[in-house]
Amino acid sequence: MSADLNVVGQSVERSDGIGHVTGRTRFFGDRSFPGMLHLKMVRSPLDHARIIGIDLTDAERVSGFVRALTASDVPHNLYTILGLIGVEPEEEFVLAEDRVRFKGEAIVAIIAESEAAALEAVSKVHLDLEELPAVFDVEEALRPGAPIVTSWGNNTFMYEGHPCRRVRLGDVEAAFERADHIVEGVYNTSPIEQAPVETTGCIAVPEANGRYTVYTNTQALYFSLDNTAIILQVPGNRLHFVGGTVGGGFGGKVDVIVEPIATLAAMKTNRPVRFAYSRSEEMQVSSTRSAWRIYIKDGISRDGHIIARKVTSYADSGAYSRQTPYALTKHAANAAGPYAIPNVSIDAYCVYTNRQPTSAMRGFGVTMASFALEVQMDKIAERVGVDPWTIRFINAYRNGDMKPHRKLAEDATLIETMQAAAALVGHVLPDDLRAMTSAPRDAGPDGGRD
Amino acid sequence: MARLRGTGMAAVNYPTGMNLGGDPSQALIHATTSGSFVVSLSATDLGQGLKTVIGQIAAETLGVEFGEIVVDTADTDTGPHDMGTFASRATHRVGNAVIAAATEARQALLDVASEELEAAVEDLEIDGHGNLMVKGVPSRSVRVADIAALAQFKYGRTIAGRGSYMKPKSIVDPETGAMDPDSTEAHACTVAEVEVDTETGEVTVLSIRSAYEVGRQVNPALVAGQIEGGAWMGMSHALYETTAPYYPAVDHSPRDFSEYLMPGTLEMPIVESVILEMPSSNGPYGVKGLGEMTANSPIPAIVNAIYHATGVRIDELPVTPEKILRGLDAMAHASS
Repeated sequence: MSADLNVVGQSVERSDGIGHVTGRTRFFGDRSFPGMLHLKMVRSPLDHARIIGIDLTDAERVSGFVRALTASDVPHNLYTILGLIGVEPEEEFVLAEDRVRFKGEAIVAIIAESEAAALEAVSKVHLDLEELPAVFDVEEALRPGAPIVTSWGNNTFMYEGHPCRRVRLGDVEAAFERADHIVEGVYNTSPIEQAPVETTGCIAVPEANGRYTVYTNTQALYFSLDNTAIILQVPGNRLHFVGGTVGGGFGGKVDVIVEPIATLAAMKTNRPVRFAYSRSEEMQVSSTRSAWRIYIKDGISRDGHIIARKVTSYADSGAYSRQTPYALTKHAANAAGPYAIPNVSIDAYCVYTNRQPTSAMRGFGVTMASFALEVQMDKIAERVGVDPWTIRFINAYRNGDMKPHRKLAEDATLIETMQAAAALVGHVLPDDLRAMTSAPRDAGPDGGRD
Repeated sequence: MARLRGTGMAAVNYPTGMNLGGDPSQALIHATTSGSFVVSLSATDLGQGLKTVIGQIAAETLGVEFGEIVVDTADTDTGPHDMGTFASRATHRVGNAVIAAATEARQALLDVASEELEAAVEDLEIDGHGNLMVKGVPSRSVRVADIAALAQFKYGRTIAGRGSYMKPKSIVDPETGAMDPDSTEAHACTVAEVEVDTETGEVTVLSIRSAYEVGRQVNPALVAGQIEGGAWMGMSHALYETTAPYYPAVDHSPRDFSEYLMPGTLEMPIVESVILEMPSSNGPYGVKGLGEMTANSPIPAIVNAIYHATGVRIDELPVTPEKILRGLDAMAHASS
């Protein structure tokens, strides 16, 4: 810690710690309001189907049933979460219209006096569905003739006319020609659940002044408020979002799924409405981390320098893209790793399938790149005949290096971090690696390479 | 059959923050009559301790004790705009907004003190403990709390500040991918040690030892908490978790924690770390951000350690006992 700082750098006791360990921290779910109703969703039992009909007759007879909402009740039913930062097109339905694209997709919202009544009414909604062929694998979804999930004729998110986010630096094919070694790998990762202790949820409360207060555990209050205003076509000033401590997010609470429909339900009933995911909804319906398939081809010189890296990545977005297009962009910017590689080509595809949608999760597009690259680095070390530390040191990026996405490296400290880790575990580095720093390379005919 | 030990390493960068959409954070600060300062935000605390570190940053900039800061978060009627708590961005971006707001509030405080003490603003200092004084003249010292009260009751002034932090939106070039998508780069290097039971395919992680370069630690205890949690999460990701055990098949997806595997406390390995502080040029007091990356480097380090232990390369997460046993079988067949 710097000597001229007083409290930054000190382990002061966390201001909310006592509340957390004594159970007095208030979460959204601790609130209750007189007359509060409960919302539960009728969900698609099929992975891909045309909706022929919805019969609410038996559901409406359930004691405690208040009302149902379908797609036609939602003012702006087709939306995209990232529309707020200019991402197009609008592609996801708050409530399904003519087609369901994944098992678990919301079709009808049931509002009832109790959670039990809502669940009973949900079980009595009769759906007439015509099953459609479905696709579940990122590469199968790209083959000609694959079932089409989207409304625009192919299964990729389009990046300004390209089916993938591209990064190009130098000429990888020419560098592969002159490389002494080629190392290729394909890496697969499973979708996983953010698994916060507190499931996603909110309570929307009509106020006497015509506004709606929404108590929510979103990770991004204004993001949720602004999207809700768009979906409900109301001025933002009619909405008041209140958060607080969130019981874990890990990216699982940035999708704006519960607030718009709960607020609509509060508007239609003029009563407080609670909509909270069960654990099974959290696991089977709400977004997970994407499954990834990452192909890496590296060209390496005899002395261990990576001279070319080509990465083709597929992230399984599921039926809707949510935050995944953004994750692919972040992935593409980092898919060459913290290494100085003069020739790089990256194609990162956001692919639609008939799976549960995927979205943000801790490490957003980078975690899976780090896994694939760091396993690949060990394979390269083995091929070249050096140890895992050496291969990373000789390829480590330094300040002033041009990264593949044409950002000059600043704040690079990979070398120093590896030196500290080696010291921590008692791994003795040779003198030349111990003497390295992340300081800018000296200019020279070889571009300052070692 | 045997228990085989192996060691693996991994080194990663982590780009913190995002600005493909601009991603601003804003903060407001005002003094109460008793000389406390209320920091108003709409950013949410996810349990990582945002309220605490923001209070520390505000106290540091204002020159008052941490206990004098009240952080009021997560209300869109009272807190100014914030893009959200994600991308390891909150300490960095909200912190910068809070420094800006606290600097303006501090200036307002010094302006009142300048009149009250009949001294030039440049000659005044605040000592970090709530005392405001003429530099080098300890006898001419007042409490910040007294100036805050005088501002309201004698001078009719507000002691307040506004702060915003935004890195301009970066437009990605669709042909080359040229972009500036982040705030700064944090780094980690992890060495993992595992033991693999070749009879059952089970992996025991013995230790996860890491170095992290985080720019600046605001609160070392909270940094340590992130590291412990991240080590657990990375290990869980490497060895246990999946919502689609046989991707692309859609069956066998879990519904609750009895079907969704995660390590428990008994599986928690030794976690040791060292922290490097090499301040970033654009973070509050040099902060880079830490949250997400602590879960990243343990994953490849563990997978590399399994290879080192067994000779089985598994390029597919999670590395389940089934995959290890199949790999050992394939290796035995290949050599026989």
